[in-house]
Amino acid sequence: MEPVTPTQPDMQTGDIRAPRLLPPLPLFLLQPILRRIVTRIAAQNPDMFNRLGPHRSANFIIDVKGLPFALHLRPDPDDLLFRAVPRHRKPVADAEIRGGFLDLLGLVDGESDGDALFFSRDLVITGNTEAVVCLRNALDDVDGSIAAEVADMFGPPGRAMLSAMRRASARRKN
Amino acid sequence: MQRPELVCPAGTPAAMRTAVEAGADAVYCGFQNATNARNFPGLNFTPDELERSIAHAHEHGTKVLLAINTFPPAGKVDLWREAIDLGARLGVDAYIVADIGVADYIARNHPDIRLHLSVQAAASSPEAINWYCREFGVKRVVLPRILTVSEIKQIASEIPCEIETFIFGNHGLMVEGRCSLTNYITGQSTNYDGVCSPAADVEYRRDDDGNLSTRLGDFTIDCFSCNETAGYPTICKGRYLTPARNEGYYAFEEPISLNLSSLLPDLMAAGVNALKIEGRQRSRAYVRNVVSSFRKAVDAIMAGQEPPLADLIALTEGQKQTEGAFKSKTWR
Repeated sequence: MEPVTPTQPDMQTGDIRAPRLLPPLPLFLLQPILRRIVTRIAAQNPDMFNRLGPHRSANFIIDVKGLPFALHLRPDPDDLLFRAVPRHRKPVADAEIRGGFLDLLGLVDGESDGDALFFSRDLVITGNTEAVVCLRNALDDVDGSIAAEVADMFGPPGRAMLSAMRRASARRKN
Repeated sequence: MQRPELVCPAGTPAAMRTAVEAGADAVYCGFQNATNARNFPGLNFTPDELERSIAHAHEHGTKVLLAINTFPPAGKVDLWREAIDLGARLGVDAYIVADIGVADYIARNHPDIRLHLSVQAAASSPEAINWYCREFGVKRVVLPRILTVSEIKQIASEIPCEIETFIFGNHGLMVEGRCSLTNYITGQSTNYDGVCSPAADVEYRRDDDGNLSTRLGDFTIDCFSCNETAGYPTICKGRYLTPARNEGYYAFEEPISLNLSSLLPDLMAAGVNALKIEGRQRSRAYVRNVVSSFRKAVDAIMAGQEPPLADLIALTEGQKQTEGAFKSKTWR
């Protein structure tokens, strides 16, 4: 299992930068957390999957710039998958979405516009464009914020961390 | 000066709620099929979603306009008729239509529901607009984006119906409802199927240097160097190589968005009754930012104040904006 390093976003670029002094974190420690997150989000937003149409079984790679691993998402309510994968051994996927941490956070927080990020070249899409468009529309039809739902899972520390990241994102935009 | 209606886009129920809460006077939307010109994957409303969304909008005093603004091909007209009848049952406040057969069906079967003439009908002269008003009882025309403010003022004085103009979003200079560019490459029709550059035919390729090529079907539409902003993968905004030019050439129009923030007072003084924001395919964040910005601007003008001009450049296509033909026929 490939080790990863605890991270924090760069306020200028929105990318993740990894502190060098902290010990690496094995990927397997992340997997139950990611599984819990995707299960909870799916349970709270069951209608979201309708917008995926035939692409609910598609495999997406979400590549957060600067992270030492990538994320693999299959938004199939009957076979949900959200896991960390080694960057150099990414599985074959239908589509890949690449962007900075704060930009991707803005999308799941309902605060950023995916088209605008594409225009500015901060978001890169490859593979099955229709699958990505469906995923974008499914995520955007969630009332409130998926990021806030995730933060709530971790109680006051989670909410505090999200608030800090929102402030960082706002500073970056200004 | 009369208060204009702010007409806002809604591609999903969440976007509609966002538009309502951001101050939309009216929202426009469509069903998940070819009856509307934004028939994109994962977008639009099921009947149940529209019913709930109309109830929410009406609770807040916001009207819901149903876009039935494509052209039914021969033998498929039942889909359009079913959408119209369903819209009536769900309580829409108006239909936005382009096809004369569709307009005729509504005028005969649902005469109590307002009929708005879509920009897809491309009616740009008083004579054309008057004909639609006379034949189908059209109450509002959405004007093509090819007219100056003074031309709009002149038209307003010669027609019996309300005028709606776009103020933000797609620049849209093609003769709307007549564009066959997507059809030429993909076999899908913007006018019949409601799809412009269908996502299934779009491919983005990024090379090792960060350059991005955009392809539709077998054709490369543009290639953006790593420092260039990008636009939508539409043929009309493609940059092409020709033997007569040394570098890529925008043959039709550039990736750029319309932004009429600074022309709002002129449009309102010219007699425009409704101001339309384009972008049903965009996110809640776009809807919230653009609608609230124009809500503040319109309210300020009505209060006799200088309108605040929000910086919306980050939301524009290619991060470029223009007042287009509204300001001058020689904008390019």
